[in-house]
Amino acid sequence: MLKVGVLALQGSVSEHIDMLNRIENVCPVEVKTSEQINEVDALILPGGESTTIGKLLVDFSLHDLLKKRIINGMPVWGTCAGMILLAKKLLPEAHTHLEVMDICVKRNAYGSQACSFETAAFIPSISPKPISLAFIRAPYIESVGKQVEILCTVDNNIVAARENNMLATSFHPEVTDDESVHRYFVRMIEQL
Amino acid sequence: MENRLKLNKNLAQMFKGGVIMDVVNAKEAEIAEEAGAIAVMALERVPSDIRRDGGVARMSDPKMIKEILAAVSIPVMAKVRIGHIVEAQVIQALGVDFIDESEVLTPADEMYHIEKRQFDIPFVCGAKNLGEALRRIAEGASMMRTKGEAGTGNVVEAVRHMRTINSEMRKLQSAPKEELMTYAKEMMAPFDLVEYVAEHGKLPVVNFAAGGIATPADAALMMQLGCDGVFVGSGIFKSDNPAKRAKAIVKAVTFHNDPKVIAEVSEGLGEAMPGIEISKVETEFAKRGW
Repeated sequence: MLKVGVLALQGSVSEHIDMLNRIENVCPVEVKTSEQINEVDALILPGGESTTIGKLLVDFSLHDLLKKRIINGMPVWGTCAGMILLAKKLLPEAHTHLEVMDICVKRNAYGSQACSFETAAFIPSISPKPISLAFIRAPYIESVGKQVEILCTVDNNIVAARENNMLATSFHPEVTDDESVHRYFVRMIEQL
Repeated sequence: MENRLKLNKNLAQMFKGGVIMDVVNAKEAEIAEEAGAIAVMALERVPSDIRRDGGVARMSDPKMIKEILAAVSIPVMAKVRIGHIVEAQVIQALGVDFIDESEVLTPADEMYHIEKRQFDIPFVCGAKNLGEALRRIAEGASMMRTKGEAGTGNVVEAVRHMRTINSEMRKLQSAPKEELMTYAKEMMAPFDLVEYVAEHGKLPVVNFAAGGIATPADAALMMQLGCDGVFVGSGIFKSDNPAKRAKAIVKAVTFHNDPKVIAEVSEGLGEAMPGIEISKVETEFAKRGW
């Protein structure tokens, strides 16, 4: 059984857990403490408010440990706020968090809630069928480093990318009915 | 429209486990963001001042809302009067992320709430019981909250409303199917939503606590009762040390099941806002709206 954690400080935690529960051989766990960070095989950083989650990571002394585990190769996937937590650089210039993934992320890139949207895209490495993508006050990736593989663009903006053990998506697969991206993440864990 | 409603419910899902704080100017909004709020609620006066001053409480000055929008990167909410369609149109036009059709402001319409599906952006509404919550959801609310009794610093009404909703949901869950229509009739709620609750044991939207939350322990209590997150109104900026109390409440919500954390964050916060006994409250905001 793969122990896949979901960082449970704030945000769309139960949605990710529900998705992981649909996948064979995966045991999803909520992660709030350093012991739990050490116990999991992989971790999802959910959607939510990145400033809130970033502060709680520091306040409860989880930041350094989590960063170390990611640098040492623990598979990690950030959705929306989670992608912001992973980024080495943010636009507009703002306090960065884990600074582990070589991506420059534009926060609230599409604007306020009135600009949130849903679309569909075909991402060959993730699913043979087009999947539904929900963008909620979403960020996108403005630029990537050499080691980063771009998985998906929407209107020429990068919305999904991977760098070795790190996966980042602007959108929220956890609020759709399709667990393809979760399955992709589990395959990624198994292959690493 | 179906699509917008789904995206709006999704935004509320992203708020789960977080604290939304009332602010009356850009400076307070910055303090709230710095303390870890997931969103701020822009309003002209906090509920305890509305109580004290009396008179008609309305939507905030658009200038103040724009300043708050410019000051923070977290989502911004703003209150409109119950039934005031035009205040809601104005708030939407300003680029606000979420509208609170709120009983804390003086109702503009005593018969009808806003038809919320006409709008692109989401609404949150208050409820005292399950029937009221399901009526608001049927009108298009993307998020619910307890009404509580805002501006009192007294959590008792929020507890009452959450316990009522929970017990009514449990009743539906254990009821045989043929009884559901009668429950729908009694609680004046749409049948499809009654069926949803009977099947899932929860509301189809996120449900926060609001109205009277003043301490980290109050916030954690509401979370243990099953709320998805917490609104704090007068409780923060009417206390001795708003920044410290705001941070403490954020931590208490995340670790609501860990009494050690609640004890630690509750230490030395200074005076909470002055509270009011509910029997001494002149205007019960919770009775506004239906």
